[in-house]
Amino acid sequence: MTYFLQQVVDGVSTGVIYALLGLAMVLIFRATGIINFAQGELATIAAFFAWQLNLWGLPIWLAIAATAVIGFGAGAAIERVVIRPVANKDHFTLIMVTLGLFMITNAVTGLVWGYTIQAFPDPFPVAAWTVHGVSLSLASVGTIVIVCVVGFLLYQLFHRTRLGLGMRAAISNPESARLSGIDVGRMQMIGWGLAAMVGTLAGALAAPKLFLEPNMMLGVLTYAFAAVIVGGLDSPLGAVVGGLAIGVTENLAGAYLYDFVGNDLKIAVPLALVFGILLVRPQGLFGRRAVARA
Amino acid sequence: MLAAMLERVCRVGFLVVDDVVVTFGGVRALDGASFAVEVSQICGLIGPNGAGKTSLFNVISGLYRPDAGRVSLAGQDILALPANGVARAGIARTFQNLGLFASQSVLENVMLGAYHRTRAGFLGGMLRLPAATREGRRIRDEALAILDLLGLGRYADHPAQGLPFGTLKRVELGRALAAHPRLLMLDEPANGLTHGEVAEFGELILQLREELRLTVLLVEHHMGLVMGVSDTVVALNFGRKIAEGTPDEVRQNDDLIAAYLGTAA
Amino acid sequence: MSLLEVTDLMAGYGPAKVLHGMTFAVDEGEIATILGANGAGKTTTLRAICGMVATSGGIRFDGRSVRGLAPARMARLGVAHVPQGRGTFAGLTVRENLLAGAYTRRDRAGVAADIDRISQWFPRLAERRDQPAGSLSGGEQQMLAVSRALLLRPRLLLLDEPSLGLAPLVTQSLFGTLTDIHNQMGTTMLIVEQNAGLALRIAHRAFVLEAGRIVRAGDAASVAADDSVRRAYLGLGDSR
Repeated sequence: MTYFLQQVVDGVSTGVIYALLGLAMVLIFRATGIINFAQGELATIAAFFAWQLNLWGLPIWLAIAATAVIGFGAGAAIERVVIRPVANKDHFTLIMVTLGLFMITNAVTGLVWGYTIQAFPDPFPVAAWTVHGVSLSLASVGTIVIVCVVGFLLYQLFHRTRLGLGMRAAISNPESARLSGIDVGRMQMIGWGLAAMVGTLAGALAAPKLFLEPNMMLGVLTYAFAAVIVGGLDSPLGAVVGGLAIGVTENLAGAYLYDFVGNDLKIAVPLALVFGILLVRPQGLFGRRAVARA
Repeated sequence: MLAAMLERVCRVGFLVVDDVVVTFGGVRALDGASFAVEVSQICGLIGPNGAGKTSLFNVISGLYRPDAGRVSLAGQDILALPANGVARAGIARTFQNLGLFASQSVLENVMLGAYHRTRAGFLGGMLRLPAATREGRRIRDEALAILDLLGLGRYADHPAQGLPFGTLKRVELGRALAAHPRLLMLDEPANGLTHGEVAEFGELILQLREELRLTVLLVEHHMGLVMGVSDTVVALNFGRKIAEGTPDEVRQNDDLIAAYLGTAA
Repeated sequence: MSLLEVTDLMAGYGPAKVLHGMTFAVDEGEIATILGANGAGKTTTLRAICGMVATSGGIRFDGRSVRGLAPARMARLGVAHVPQGRGTFAGLTVRENLLAGAYTRRDRAGVAADIDRISQWFPRLAERRDQPAGSLSGGEQQMLAVSRALLLRPRLLLLDEPSLGLAPLVTQSLFGTLTDIHNQMGTTMLIVEQNAGLALRIAHRAFVLEAGRIVRAGDAASVAADDSVRRAYLGLGDSR
């Protein structure tokens, strides 16, 4: 039982990283209706940036915060310069554009910082508690707390502020939003900016666990993508629940099905879960089904 | 009791809607609606917004599965058909808020209506087999003829996007006609038309009925049109039938005046 | 002085021109209506005023040239537009829809007072304030779209086919409410409406649009009395 709980706790602490990157993807999907395949690479480049600032002498938390602020601007700029000109094109074009962004970001990261694995300083001091035989590290608890806080703040933003109302109105019906005086373009830029900020956090929290290198977030992106699909593309809560479910399933599969599926195949188990859920609920667990009223 | 049973047994109709119930999360959109339409008759379906008219359309065209009740067309149980079998059974419809493909041309939209009649299939079309091209040409010619009939010939190559709403309603009608329906269901076809255009549209419906022996089910708020072309009118409110009869009979119905028509009717 | 002055307006979608030089004006405090056949350019006229299509010619609002301004700028100047069909935010609740309509306003007390006032005009909306707009009936959605536009506290309200898809009784009550709103708030309105009889009944001024040009303009009563207008747009014994 203790072993099982330990596996669940470990799964949760990786799951929250998937959840965080998933949140960033949901933000972009809600702001512009686009699935951003470059989200993981943007998080990687942000992690490198924070690492560089730290190397230059900034304390790690300050480096992450500064990167998040710069990330906001960079995300907004990407929306304005790269996405906006093709915003009215069909889905395939948009997918190609974000895939292109993925490759360019990856290449730039490699060009600037190289492919040597770097150690990213752990923002949390090494400490752990043992509760009923289950070990909880400060890093795990801290990461979970950060994800909860980010989720809470985003919910408050969308449901309690004028800006959030404008963003939701802009995605719900852009034409009527404009006619109500809402600057839809600005809302979309802010959506991308926020996503880049959340992505920065995801990168910075993943980096200490994964080692810093240009392809660091590839696996995380796959799982984050699966998380938002399971949770529902437009649901922040869904991204969090989906991320946790995938983190826990992945870990339990590694622990209990190791003999059966082996280490290489354990990543397939959460994806099989995703497939199963989508068969039953195509809109995802928390996604809104398009309901047409008579 | 016996009389009611006899009535049910004896009631024959081309389209028979019998005791249909549809619920959405506890709300009864249709609450036991029953009526019948004879072949080549035009039946006007009226009632307040939310009375269940469009829900009924969605049941007959196979989009909704009712919780109870029966629907048959020429004796065939419609509800037993898969959704894509409804078109083959001879039922075609238009949508209240348009169900067109915006980036496709008007001609392509109309040709899509004939899709279920094609036999060469997707693969044949892809490979441009002779049978498929021949079939495609025939459907294309027919679609052009339909566009001419509807006065839309000059828009054939225009994308649906950007055309006025009233024109798009007619494109939808063209698509429905391309399906060679026996039962044509029109959902608010007069939207966006002026008085003069509505009168022309009414003539068109009567002409189609004569030439194609179509049975028509017409949902419309434009009383001039409904009362002008319908043989029978069925009024719904809260998912139930509140009146049925000839236009003149229904117009006098006090319940209907209170629920729907208002004083100026 | 006219609140809205349109001179030699041309507009269209891409190479297809819909408006071929329209000139008309609407005075402050009046209700004007545009009549015209399907495809004559009524919707395009409203969209051109709001900067939703490319235009040439002149559009002056309250004495200043506003041609080419983006829709959001026009909204901030006090021009509200209820587009044809569903002008609501389907995923937002009724209350959130109204607040989104008041997006440009900072006077919270005024917004709250306006929401109260609108609840009296449209009591159904007050009953459903926490429901998503997408779950409302067609008539309720149209009321919400009008309310959403009113929360801008517009000086000019553009309405595109407000009766579209509405039952006769609902249409009558909506037009009755529009008259009440006009009487109480003095909002200038420009209405495009297929139900010409109803529109002419509440309008002060009317324009007849044919193939992108104004062919007749005048006070609503005299336009309504015109034989050719009666034949094309009103009909005799039209029971609508």
